[in-house]
Amino acid sequence: MDPREIIARRAARELQDGFYVNLGIGIPTMVANYVPEGMEVILQSENGMLGVGPYPVAGTEDADLVNAGKETVTEIPGTAYFSSADSFAMIRGGHVNLSILGALQVDRQGNLANWMVPGKMLKGMGGAMDLVASARRVIVAMEHATKSGAPKILDACTLPLTGSKVVDTIITELAVMRVTVEGLVLEELGPDATVEQVQRLTGTALIVAESVRRMF
Amino acid sequence: MNKIYPSAEAAVADIGDGATIMIGGFGLCGIPEDLIAATVARGVKNLHTISNNMGVDHVGMGLMLEAGMIASHIGSYVGENKLLEEMVLGGRLDLTLVPQGTLAERIRAGGAGIPAFFTPAGAGTIVAEGKEIREFKGRSYVMEEELTADFSLVKAWRGDRMGNLVYRKTARNFNPVMATAGRCTIAEVEEIVEPGELDPDSIATPGIYVHRVVRWTGYEKRIERRTVRGGGQ
Repeated sequence: MDPREIIARRAARELQDGFYVNLGIGIPTMVANYVPEGMEVILQSENGMLGVGPYPVAGTEDADLVNAGKETVTEIPGTAYFSSADSFAMIRGGHVNLSILGALQVDRQGNLANWMVPGKMLKGMGGAMDLVASARRVIVAMEHATKSGAPKILDACTLPLTGSKVVDTIITELAVMRVTVEGLVLEELGPDATVEQVQRLTGTALIVAESVRRMF
Repeated sequence: MNKIYPSAEAAVADIGDGATIMIGGFGLCGIPEDLIAATVARGVKNLHTISNNMGVDHVGMGLMLEAGMIASHIGSYVGENKLLEEMVLGGRLDLTLVPQGTLAERIRAGGAGIPAFFTPAGAGTIVAEGKEIREFKGRSYVMEEELTADFSLVKAWRGDRMGNLVYRKTARNFNPVMATAGRCTIAEVEEIVEPGELDPDSIATPGIYVHRVVRWTGYEKRIERRTVRGGGQ
């Protein structure tokens, strides 16, 4: 299985019926493809929409209907639109059950860096700082290490933070890790992954749970 | 009462050098393109802009940037604009990046008479540097101040001569809050209807916030990322 698919499939198992969920750009967006059959999950898009539907059929794109990644999307029966202020009021108010987003770095305390690399192109944080500060649960869904094999899961983030002590769970193609006061607890291994391999690609000592399971 | 102006040019005729201007939209969705074009045509300088984004090259606020009329900008995401980066690094434009929800709430506060508020967004990050931090219920919150503007340029779907506005889908975004925070709010609408034709229960911006209304010229709205079912852009 493609690493990105493993991550998205595993992250989708964190969804629950009736959840309101905000998905970040990239792998997190793919989570929507794996919502279990029969489960109703409402996607929140911070530009002002609850009930984000699939991409439109070619020829029916609507310039007035985009997600937070500025991609054309569709509505579902029950969709609601609102202003940016209302959108972040529902986020800040803790009404969004789950925020799944990518990261450049995460550390053992649950600090997250995903918006800025000094010396690289200026982009901006968009809604990420608001989301991680206030969603009821924050899951980082990302590839375990960089393309060159450098760890992204560290003792302490070196890049400017998006949020301090905000991450609850990290899901990669190799592992599921829970952030605890003692450090990161390795709870699940990806298909074919070993504890040694995960530790080698991680920049902080992992606490291996007594009963480490396979993801699937 | 008749807030309708004959053209975008007439509606922005008193925007002068050094004005602070809020511009609605999220990316290129729901931006007041005619009002932006008319402002660019005025050739004013040293504008202070507040908008979530900065358009893209040659579209939306990208045109204002290319015209060299922006001295400072407050926004949350400007990643689509190479020229902006050059200008910031070259010291020709003062850029302030703000978390998107904080930006929306600062504008809402400005329109609602709230001078400042505390938010958890950005606590423990560089966004909080130099700001008052206070603990509530065991958590750190950052004090953020209101934003207002001399002019708010907003885009709506339909409006009437009293300034009542209705938006369409996600083109609503920052437009309703910015409408409340401008000392002069100018709305560009696709259709002007008679008072009474808009469902009073559905009016998102009551006319009290809107000072001028202009009808758009019917341009084709740009799509920033065309995505369709079955993959592909």
